[in-house]
Amino acid sequence: MRKELACALAPVGLLAELTHRCPLQCPYCSNPLALEQVSDELPTEVWLDVLAQAADLGVLQLHLSGGEPTVRRDLEDIIARAAKVGLYSNLITAGVLLTRERLEGLAAHGLDHVQISLQDTLAGNADRIAHYEGGHAKKLEVARWVGAAGLPLTINAPIHRQNIASLEGFIELAVQVGAQRLEVAHVQYYGWALTNRQALMPTREQVLHSADVVAQARERLKGVLVIDFVVPDYYASRPKPCMGGWGRGIINITPSGKALPCHAAETIPGLQFENVRKQRLRDIWLGSDAFRKYRGTDWMPEPCRSCEFREIDWGGCRCQALAFAGTAAATDPACAKSPHHQAFAHLAEVEASEPASAFVFRRPRARAK
Amino acid sequence: MTDAGKPGRTLIEATSKPALPRHIRMRHDRARDRWVILAPERVLSPDPIAVAVLRLCDGGRTVAEIAEELSRTYNAPRDQILADVTSMLQELADKGVVKT
Repeated sequence: MRKELACALAPVGLLAELTHRCPLQCPYCSNPLALEQVSDELPTEVWLDVLAQAADLGVLQLHLSGGEPTVRRDLEDIIARAAKVGLYSNLITAGVLLTRERLEGLAAHGLDHVQISLQDTLAGNADRIAHYEGGHAKKLEVARWVGAAGLPLTINAPIHRQNIASLEGFIELAVQVGAQRLEVAHVQYYGWALTNRQALMPTREQVLHSADVVAQARERLKGVLVIDFVVPDYYASRPKPCMGGWGRGIINITPSGKALPCHAAETIPGLQFENVRKQRLRDIWLGSDAFRKYRGTDWMPEPCRSCEFREIDWGGCRCQALAFAGTAAATDPACAKSPHHQAFAHLAEVEASEPASAFVFRRPRARAK
Repeated sequence: MTDAGKPGRTLIEATSKPALPRHIRMRHDRARDRWVILAPERVLSPDPIAVAVLRLCDGGRTVAEIAEELSRTYNAPRDQILADVTSMLQELADKGVVKT
């Protein structure tokens, strides 16, 4: 028991997916293909209670996400509660539904930071990718309101083969709109991005070039713009520490209240996810089967079990292991030690070399009644 | 269109008056019994010396005054402290944790 408590002391971050509703239809959305319904969304009072529980448990940062979190009319109350219990609040938004007044109101309620995603630096292509006309121009306007409201701004640039040529433009634009931070985030292939992988996957050369561009910009913009860089692991030789390790640092709560170790965890069959409507966050975090299943290193097979990096990457990604190796407990195929690694990288190379197929845009599926 | 002005790197000198920007918060983390700096998408855990320095960064004191105060508290040579504090604050300024 002592050992488990030491590794499972407390999550640092809570990712609150307030809703799966979103006006944009980006084909790389990290939400699951089966989007949750508005009628299943948690009521305000449950979220307020969850935030108090989270702070008590040791959570420091709250990421308000979705879908598009600003569709929730109670966002002000949620932010006020976060401020009251000492959580650092981060609003991850498309921005297109915000008015200047509402943004200023959110700041007044205690919001700490805003992150806005851009689909490209070229308005036409950006709006095509998001499937939302006029979205890009509106986002730039909102980005400037953020700075004017005295809030810090991060620009999130999800990178893929259909906008990677704009990378230098993204860096320039981030400085121009007054962002202090830029996330150059190569798309991660889960959820909708996995469905659209062929249409999104860049070549290895493009990925290597993007790393050079970022390295040079970091040097040039030291003290002006912090740039975080997320690489696509199909071309990596070591896996990423997915979510900082399963059940180690982050807890994800879906719009209906399911607590997940990562936002794609529901793709793993046989895992039972508890709901914050029914159980305390602490009990879910420490005791639920889903969080314990791949926590730490005891679950690891070889070659992970004896690997010197096992407490650095924590075995990488379970969902990717499932998709490629057929079992979620296998070594992440992104790791060079995985028997599936060659096929994994080859798949990306082949897909990137062929003409891009049409996007499958993110939208709710018609439900059978 | 608003113009935020030409952005530049914050340079820390003996006469600078450093402070934590509004969006950076330093607080005690009860669950882990340590101090943390909360920043966008980042949690830093400053060592006790950094905590002592940052607590004096109130936008009123200069770096020289902060070094003076620390050299008295820790009974250490002022010039050495000034050099250490300046380089520490420059590093934090480059991470966006300190402004002048």
